[in-house]
Amino acid sequence: MKRKDNAFFRWFFGETDTMLGRVEMRPQQEYTETASDIREVMQDSLTQDQTGDEEDFVLIRVFHRLYRVAAVFFCVALIAVLLINVSWLPKNGGADNPVNNEVSARYIESGLQETGAVNIVTGMILDYRAFDTFGESNVLFIATVTVLILLRLDKEKKAPAKKGMPVYQRPKDELTIAQAQSRDRIYEPKNNVILQVVAGFLVPILFIFGIYVILNGHLSPGGGFSGGAIIGAGLILYLNAFGFEKTERFFTEKTYKWVSFFSLTFYCLAKSYSFFTGANHLESGIPLGTPGAILSSGLILPLNICVGLVVACTMYAFYALFRKGGF
Amino acid sequence: MLGPNLFANYGEAVAIILFGIGFSNLLLQKNLIKKIIGLNIMDTAVYLYLAEKGYIDGRVAPIVTNGVQEVGAYINPVPSGLVLTGIVVSVSVTALMLSLTIRLYRRYHTLDLDEISTRLKKEGL
Repeated sequence: MKRKDNAFFRWFFGETDTMLGRVEMRPQQEYTETASDIREVMQDSLTQDQTGDEEDFVLIRVFHRLYRVAAVFFCVALIAVLLINVSWLPKNGGADNPVNNEVSARYIESGLQETGAVNIVTGMILDYRAFDTFGESNVLFIATVTVLILLRLDKEKKAPAKKGMPVYQRPKDELTIAQAQSRDRIYEPKNNVILQVVAGFLVPILFIFGIYVILNGHLSPGGGFSGGAIIGAGLILYLNAFGFEKTERFFTEKTYKWVSFFSLTFYCLAKSYSFFTGANHLESGIPLGTPGAILSSGLILPLNICVGLVVACTMYAFYALFRKGGF
Repeated sequence: MLGPNLFANYGEAVAIILFGIGFSNLLLQKNLIKKIIGLNIMDTAVYLYLAEKGYIDGRVAPIVTNGVQEVGAYINPVPSGLVLTGIVVSVSVTALMLSLTIRLYRRYHTLDLDEISTRLKKEGL
């Protein structure tokens, strides 16, 4: 396939950097740390309280003391002002408080007919306010991507930096993924029998319970977010008991990528009809079914499944990235 | 100056005090991890406040049971949805802050914010 040669594609394939020359960039200084540096820092932190040259730092010490006093004073003042505000609020639990206005009345009175969901909160967040929930799923996805950028390790050691190399092309001076794996095995227990037996019982139950919570999101308390978190917890337990070799058989970076991509895309496409109908009455043409049946309430069930998949993958991805710097 | 409902609104009052505790943690702690814990306490306070605002005496959670659809039967569903949004955003923000902390620790071998800023100045950045 012949590639078009324009600015976007050149940027996309990493040949040029559009920021170069337009944004002021200072090269980061080479950071080398010797053993004596570390010793000096440790010594400093050990003897910080007993150093003799306090006179030179009188101003700093005064500032620190003042800062602490001011911080405590500010916090107490903030609490006092807010407590006075709370004391003037209408009584908690009153039915005629201004919070309980016509919006919530409308959701309760006609939510079942309009969305088909028995759980009014689910009907609200996945039908009336579905774009809000789409944004939330995207927030989770973007957070994972950012953590991936910050913590991911290279597969193999790259060639050392040359003089005059731009900052963004220099290899990171960090462990490779194999080194991280071997370190991970030092600090984590290996083949812990108690953990493995308990995980063997618990992980299937956790998965089934999470799937139940997701599928019944429109009928009972729960939904995509809580069910996804339960499944993510099950995955983390499995990983802790059996290690990365076992989880890599069914969950890798590729799995994460495709599951998140398809879930978010399906969500976006499924809810886009309200753009085309002008967001007036959301005439979707999808039957709402009988309230209370598992296959009811139109799009809410598939949307719940999408959200649950995104959340489960995100939880597992966070854990794997923090522990090893990769999936 | 003090209004009449401070003790009737004890849930909100507890939320405010928790918020203050979290905020003072954020200001007083030097350790980055403890700062993040303080921010999470503040998040929790906000959830508690929202949940208290949505509660109505003697009513049940907004799940239609037995076909009852009167406004007088259920609590306000809007704050529940807002708490959900808050939890998701706080999870993401916490993960982001923790990963930034890990990067700082890898470079400076300390979590003390004062020491990190001193060494940043020493490096001339």
